[in-house]
Amino acid sequence: MATVYVNDKAVDIGDERLNCIQAAERAGVTIPHYCWHAALSVVASCRMCLVEVGERKVDEKGQVAIAMQPKVVPGCQTPVKDGMVIRTADAKAKDAQERTLESILLNHPLDCPVCDKAGECLLQDFSFQFGKAESRMVDEKNTPPNKPDLGPNVGLFTDRCIMCSRCVRFTREVSGTAELHVVNRGSHSEIDVFEGHPLANKLATNVVDLCPVGALSSKDFLYSQRVWNLKTVNSVCSGCSTGCSILVDSNKDIVYRLRPRFNPRAQGHFMCDEGRLGYHHVNDSARLGQYLVRGEQGTKAVEWAQAAGLCREKLAAEASKDPGRVWFVFSPSMTVEEAWLLANFAQKLSPFVKLVMGPVGVVGEDDTYPKDRKGRPAQPVKFTIRAEKAANLRGVRGILNHFQKDRATYQQFLAAAKSGQVDACLIAAGQSPQVYKPSVEEGDALSAVRFVAVQQLFSSPLTDRAHLVIPASAFSEIEGTLVNHAGLAQATKAACAPSRGLRTDGQFFLELLERKGLVHAANLRKEIAKAVPAFKPLEVGDLGEYGVFCEKLKEQS
Amino acid sequence: MAAFEPVLLQRLNKPECKTLEGYRADGGYRTLTRALKEMSPDQVTTVVKDAGLRGRGGAGFPTGLKWTFLPKGNSGPVYLCVNCDESEPCTFNNRYLIECDPHQVLEGIILASYAIRARVAYFYVRYEYGTGTRTMQRAIDELYAAGLLGKNILGTDFSLDVFVHRGAAAYICGEETGLIESLEGRRAWPRIKPPFPAIEGAFRKPTIVNNPETLANVVHIVERGGEWFKSLGVPPDPKNPRDAGSYGSKLYCISGHVNRPGIVELPMGVTLRELLEVHGGGVWKGRKAKGAIPGGNSMGICTEPEFDIPLDFNGPGKVGCLGLGTAAVTVFDETTSIVDVLHNICRFFAHESCGQCTPCREGTAWMLKIVERIKRGQGRLEDLSILEEVADKIGIMPGTTICGLADGAGWPVKTAIRKYRDEFKAYLREGTPKGGTSSGMRLSMAAGH
Repeated sequence: MATVYVNDKAVDIGDERLNCIQAAERAGVTIPHYCWHAALSVVASCRMCLVEVGERKVDEKGQVAIAMQPKVVPGCQTPVKDGMVIRTADAKAKDAQERTLESILLNHPLDCPVCDKAGECLLQDFSFQFGKAESRMVDEKNTPPNKPDLGPNVGLFTDRCIMCSRCVRFTREVSGTAELHVVNRGSHSEIDVFEGHPLANKLATNVVDLCPVGALSSKDFLYSQRVWNLKTVNSVCSGCSTGCSILVDSNKDIVYRLRPRFNPRAQGHFMCDEGRLGYHHVNDSARLGQYLVRGEQGTKAVEWAQAAGLCREKLAAEASKDPGRVWFVFSPSMTVEEAWLLANFAQKLSPFVKLVMGPVGVVGEDDTYPKDRKGRPAQPVKFTIRAEKAANLRGVRGILNHFQKDRATYQQFLAAAKSGQVDACLIAAGQSPQVYKPSVEEGDALSAVRFVAVQQLFSSPLTDRAHLVIPASAFSEIEGTLVNHAGLAQATKAACAPSRGLRTDGQFFLELLERKGLVHAANLRKEIAKAVPAFKPLEVGDLGEYGVFCEKLKEQS
Repeated sequence: MAAFEPVLLQRLNKPECKTLEGYRADGGYRTLTRALKEMSPDQVTTVVKDAGLRGRGGAGFPTGLKWTFLPKGNSGPVYLCVNCDESEPCTFNNRYLIECDPHQVLEGIILASYAIRARVAYFYVRYEYGTGTRTMQRAIDELYAAGLLGKNILGTDFSLDVFVHRGAAAYICGEETGLIESLEGRRAWPRIKPPFPAIEGAFRKPTIVNNPETLANVVHIVERGGEWFKSLGVPPDPKNPRDAGSYGSKLYCISGHVNRPGIVELPMGVTLRELLEVHGGGVWKGRKAKGAIPGGNSMGICTEPEFDIPLDFNGPGKVGCLGLGTAAVTVFDETTSIVDVLHNICRFFAHESCGQCTPCREGTAWMLKIVERIKRGQGRLEDLSILEEVADKIGIMPGTTICGLADGAGWPVKTAIRKYRDEFKAYLREGTPKGGTSSGMRLSMAAGH
């Protein structure tokens, strides 16, 4: 057991290998830093984390002696060991931190009022906490030209850059594509790309999150919001089965930005650009906004409760005739809770109705990073974009397996519908258009079905054939559980409310079940954990920041 | 004192010794032959260590001691890097060595490689030394042809390859880890230490980085013994237990406003005044000296009354300079404006700062901006204290940077201001220099190369 003394506070760090920044964090002390990042190599070049260190010794008489080193040392580069003393707020360390900040700000344009980073900028935060109020430089600042097109998604405000080189190390160590580098020397150093080699890798926009200041900016988010107006919730990316932990930033029910959230159990620190930019459909005005009933007299809009009632009646009526001809198609993107409620409704109609897993989008092969110089995957793998574009295949499968072991496939469902063996069906919870787009053939297959209810985000060949169109909820509107490729169950929270007049998918299913109340994911998790053994770990209700593993779900097929 | 017989420069005026044949006829490679046949690598290391040889590159670290830092029982490769990126302004001692007597340096390289059990040595030479690079390459080719390099040198089981690597001209490549990064094909950003190169250097393997002059000294130490070496120079200061002494001879470069700029080999400890008056022929145009830089820009400035300091590893420190440095003395005469001197020096360091550590990257550029403004006549009194403060707080000594470039950038600034404060104040008041401008100063510093 090793004990470290941070500003005279003893912290037990066990046998972990930590640096001063990490050890101080355990003691609740922030050591300011820019260039250091847990996922990147140590360069100790920003010199912001300068602290004083020493050794604490106790002699036989119990006398405590502390021997401090004469110089300040960079906290990121200094590993801690038993008996080490770290002082972050003594005169020498404070002086060094103040000076470093003064140096960094010498050529910084201080254009916070028009900078996207303002409000979440480490330069602002640390200047406020550790810096001086004014600069002593009266000379002209360097004004290097901006580079708005570093890549398709990223631009650079060169003058704001503090040369921490995090972005350069990211492209070298994590993406392995090495587009970014430093050009020129001394205070004329700049981040740049080679001509004809833009920052265009699939992880590129992570450099914007890594940038501690507003130098690297996401073109997608640029000038769209002030960050203090944004509401941030924890969520899970539904782009592929990696299930990256993310933050959804929204303002007044409009999603403006997705950012990766650190999760050692899921993806680590980063996310891919595909996932990051995969939120635009949420704000799309073309999304379905009404519950529509299509009959012989034409199409008319109805209230949500009416729609649910109609759906319930029609399906129940068909099930009472021949339950084997009533089909429920589940989406691999819906939450565990939604799948559970819908499956319960189906069971309530009859145990003989057919449950089917909907189409699972697969694009190419798993794409792992870093890449080597020739673009081939290299070891050790630090990030994977998975070919399987389904956020919760394992979770939904776990629910379905609980009710029906031998299930037809989606293709068999379409074939059955075509050959007139389906009387009624509910195709639930659409997937985002990036993940899956229904084809005309799929729609045509439904032409012989007497009652088709389709829950979708956008109108499609399926909704064209539907007798009841149910607007589906986007990932940002639901709360629930998603199980990724490794069986990790993560909680996703609602960032925005559904459009006016609409209810979330889960709420709609509750209404089908004629259950009272609102969707409360934690309670539903406990209910599922009790009923389905594979979901036992969900009994905690609150899955925490990182989620819990459901090992059995990983193995099921 | 009897006239000193040059050791390192003994073949300065024997152009025939540039060839292997000539060098051998003059007694060259005898020492190497004897060492390879009669001495073990450890014995060579011990001889060098006991002789008290200290690195000639600037920091004066004991060479033999450095060699012993290599990990014991290491079975993997060890590299020797020869640091001939001689980029300290007005320093040209190694240029003479490699241009006039390449085989002496190469004999040292082979001996040192033998001592540290290196099988590959890299000769890192700055881009500007075209003649030196070609001379060295020719000499290396001769050695391969004669079986003195390559596999089984002189029939022993010692093999060595020497590669010349021409840098792309940056001051920072003279920092040993910057040199290694550059050698590996990367941007010459000095590495964080530990690990030191002796543990993990070039290509992540144990590496020793030495200066050509140091390696040339190794030849003579192995040949004549440590006692001979210790008979030259200055013994350790008995009052300073950490002083390792300044033994041996040193190549002193003299440049600036002197009558006879050039290079001279003398036992360590000659005073700056003797060097200037006797060997440099005194200040030019019959003027008086105003001050001098005792060992390359980064060591700081000393005033004329301080010229009596001995130029050994301790001497310049006694008058507030950083150290001996490269022992390249640059003298400026009484008509030189100290503001011009400082401006020139600041310009150099702002240009050469690699840009990795914030305090150095921004500090050097800031100091330049301030001095430029002072020179324009828009200086303020508080600028002096800002300059002093910035200069004082950047560098590896207060712990705010990775390498020593910032210390070297700050030292001339603070010594100039402390020692010539009155002149600075007068300039600030009047907005013009007391003497004339000194475009000659800039020219002569450039002429150092």
